[in-house]
Amino acid sequence: MEGVLHQVLSGIASGGIYASVALALVMIYQATHHVNFAQGEMATLSTYIALTLINAGLPYWIAFLVTVVVSFILGILIERILMRPMMDAPVLASVGVFIGLLLIINSSTGWMFDYMIKTFPTPFPGGPLLFSGYLSGHELGAFVVTLVVLTAVYLFFRHTKLGLAMRAAAFNPVSSRLVGVRVGWMLALGWGLAAAIGAVGGMMVAPIVYLDPNMMAGILLYAFAGALLGGIDNPLGAVLGGFAVGIIENLAGAYLVGTELKLTVALIIIVAVLVVKPSGLFGRTVLSRV
Amino acid sequence: MPALLEATSLHAGYGETRVLHGIDFAVEQGGVTALLGANGAGKTTTLRAICGMVRTSGQIVLGGERIDGKPTEDIVQRGVAHVPDGRGTFVELTVEENLRLGAYIRKDRAGVSRDFERMFGYFPRLRERYRQQAGTLSGGEQQMLAIARALLLGPKLLLLDEPSFGLAPLIVQEIFDIMHRIREDEGVSILLVEQNASLALEIAEHAYLLETGRIVVSGPAAEIGRDESIRRSYLGY
Amino acid sequence: MGKATLWGVAAWLAATIVPTLLLSDYHLFQLTMVIVYAIAILGLAILTGFNGQISLGHGAFYAIGAYTTAILMYQYNVPYWATLPVSAIVCAIIGFLIGLPALRLGGLYLALTTFALAVAVPQLLKHNALEPWTGGVQGLVIDKPDPPFGLAMSPDQWLYIFALAAGAVLFLLAWNIVRGRIGRAMMAIRDHSLAAEAMGINIALLKTRTFALSALYTGIAGSLGAIVVQFVAPDSFGIFVSIYFFVGLVVGGVASIGGAIIGGAFIEFVPNIAEKVSKAAPGAVYGVILIAVMFLMPGGVAGFIGSMFARFRRGTKSAELRPIAVGGSGANDVPAGVPGGAEPDAGGHRSM
Ligand SMILES: Nc1ncnc2c1ncn2[C@@H]1O[C@H](COP(=O)(O)OP(=O)(O)OP(=O)(O)O)[C@@H](O)[C@H]1O
Ligand SMILES: [Mg+2]
Repeated sequence: MEGVLHQVLSGIASGGIYASVALALVMIYQATHHVNFAQGEMATLSTYIALTLINAGLPYWIAFLVTVVVSFILGILIERILMRPMMDAPVLASVGVFIGLLLIINSSTGWMFDYMIKTFPTPFPGGPLLFSGYLSGHELGAFVVTLVVLTAVYLFFRHTKLGLAMRAAAFNPVSSRLVGVRVGWMLALGWGLAAAIGAVGGMMVAPIVYLDPNMMAGILLYAFAGALLGGIDNPLGAVLGGFAVGIIENLAGAYLVGTELKLTVALIIIVAVLVVKPSGLFGRTVLSRV
Repeated sequence: MPALLEATSLHAGYGETRVLHGIDFAVEQGGVTALLGANGAGKTTTLRAICGMVRTSGQIVLGGERIDGKPTEDIVQRGVAHVPDGRGTFVELTVEENLRLGAYIRKDRAGVSRDFERMFGYFPRLRERYRQQAGTLSGGEQQMLAIARALLLGPKLLLLDEPSFGLAPLIVQEIFDIMHRIREDEGVSILLVEQNASLALEIAEHAYLLETGRIVVSGPAAEIGRDESIRRSYLGY
Repeated sequence: MGKATLWGVAAWLAATIVPTLLLSDYHLFQLTMVIVYAIAILGLAILTGFNGQISLGHGAFYAIGAYTTAILMYQYNVPYWATLPVSAIVCAIIGFLIGLPALRLGGLYLALTTFALAVAVPQLLKHNALEPWTGGVQGLVIDKPDPPFGLAMSPDQWLYIFALAAGAVLFLLAWNIVRGRIGRAMMAIRDHSLAAEAMGINIALLKTRTFALSALYTGIAGSLGAIVVQFVAPDSFGIFVSIYFFVGLVVGGVASIGGAIIGGAFIEFVPNIAEKVSKAAPGAVYGVILIAVMFLMPGGVAGFIGSMFARFRRGTKSAELRPIAVGGSGANDVPAGVPGGAEPDAGGHRSM
């Protein structure tokens, strides 16, 4: 029983990270109906930036903030330069550009930071496990950080004028323009936010899985699973889905399939959602006529 | 007094399809101008052309300034509010959020909350549905929401695309009654596109009749309404 | 036999004989890999180019084909040529099962599911439970087949001829499928799925079958690849294999049978050249080229060459008119797009 509790708690901790990346995916999906296959690599790049800053002597939280801001700007630049022309392009073209972006970022990180696996520092106290051994300091800290980020994002979208405009632009660009919302900039901001949220996810997961250019491939898979489980057009659902996937993954890893098959668990969740309830638990119906 | 909006030899189309073939029209300050015509004549396209939502050539001048070729957002900034074809409701958002978006470009908080109250004066039902998801409103309520949203912009020029479309006669009457009041109270000039010609001619001072992208008749609304031959050949009543 | 067929046979014979005589074993090996990749990409082309579905996970089928062959050869001493039909069947079945759920949804969902499959595959191959067959992390080493009938040639020469023959059969088959009734139905679904449904095409079934066929092609390529490389291991079948196939597909032109060969050559040779610069260079080159193709020539290299020819023949450059979406961001970019603005007002205008 204690073991189960431990797995659930640590599932919630990693679930927070998946939830962040899932949220980043869903934000872009909602606004553009594109799935950003490069979301993981973007987060990896951000994490390398953070590591560089920390190695240069910056205190952790300063480096953290600078990384978030830089990622935000990078996200905006990517949208402006690469994604803008793809706005109305067919799925194949957008997938091609995303994959191209994935390749470029992946090889740039490999080139700049080499392919060696690196440790990444945590700002949280290590030492003895907290809650009588249920959670490590980093797990608890990562959970709090992701929760703060997710809450902030929620409040931003719910209660600010800009957040409302961004949602409006995602739902209905034509009407948004007619009330004076600069839709193009809202999409760019969305990309910036998604990149910033992904950066937080990357920095929180790196101390656990170690940093290398391919670090986020698996995380992206869990985020996909979380986003689909919650409903790919529902940010709140995607966040809950991310947490759920974290818990399922940990429990399945511990009691069902073993830790070597955790990625397969994500794959199974994805296929299961598509078979049983393609719109996810909280999403609108997405079944297309075939 | 010069007209608020003046379009000269306005062309517009979608890709290769040309819809407007060089039309001239004006919207006078502070009145209602009606734009009539059969299905597919290009009425909606005309409104879209004013807002920069389609490609155009020719001139559009608003209050002495050329607005053709400008992005929609900039035209809206200059005081053009558009109740589009199909109402343009943000169906996923609440009524409140729809209204807030209407006032998106405004900075005067106090004025906005005063205008909110005025809109509830015109459309009490919107107050009752304030927290409801806008997609769940009835067609008539959505039309009211769309008009209120547009007015919250504090526009100089209001473009209305078939406010009566798909509504029961009683609701249409209600909306047109309110439009009479808006016309009196708000000091906004209205360009009204309507299928229901008799209603439109009743409220408008001036009218244009569009046929396959060309203006075939223009003149005071009352005279057009009286002209038997025009009524029979173009307006069908 | 028509003239075209004669030419085809002649070309094939030339492709068989000339390199075999002229090239070193190593260069023949490279050419063999071009054929292998071309077959894998052909599978993708059938799926994406002719049926409009996107897979980012065909590396998974390549892996399954490779492992089927390796296991049969290593564990059960099955002759190499006999493993091809088996892996074809295995991959077709798995493709059918994977395609079934994902295809009910829009194109993006298939891309996403196949991407997930490709990410998960190495883990599955490493798994303990399968280790007695797969050899776990170590993988399996298999023997290079000798030329049959005591032919006096090197194993590499023989494998080249063998792969070329298999490739010829598979390309011919694809050619016939695509140009026949099924191909027309596949393309109808790609272009007008509602109309295709109205025509009585069972879209779900045909899409799933197309996916299975596509998996079959890539699976056979995996088998051939395993035989040629003589080695399979989980980490050589990561997500990047799938992505490279996708790059090859796009570079060659998605809806082009011949383009698959260009794509195959591209992913065989470009990394060899780029790797001389840096280990990271091939990925960057792929990424840049992929984005450039998407922006500049959606038809890929083959489509580009094709349109050049078409242009020469017509002698004119066709101006492409992009339809604009209402309220799309582009609506304001090009003002005055309406031609013939000076036309006189034809309709009689009555002013009152
Ligand atoms: N988005 C579009 N793309 C291409 N053609 C369009 C588009 N919208 C309208 N059209 C065409 O432009 C012409 C004029 O359409 P428009 O909507 O302006 O007519 P309308 O006068 O508003 O008609 P209705 O009374 O039916 O609303 C029609 O032939 C229509 O098919
Ligand atoms: Mg209309």
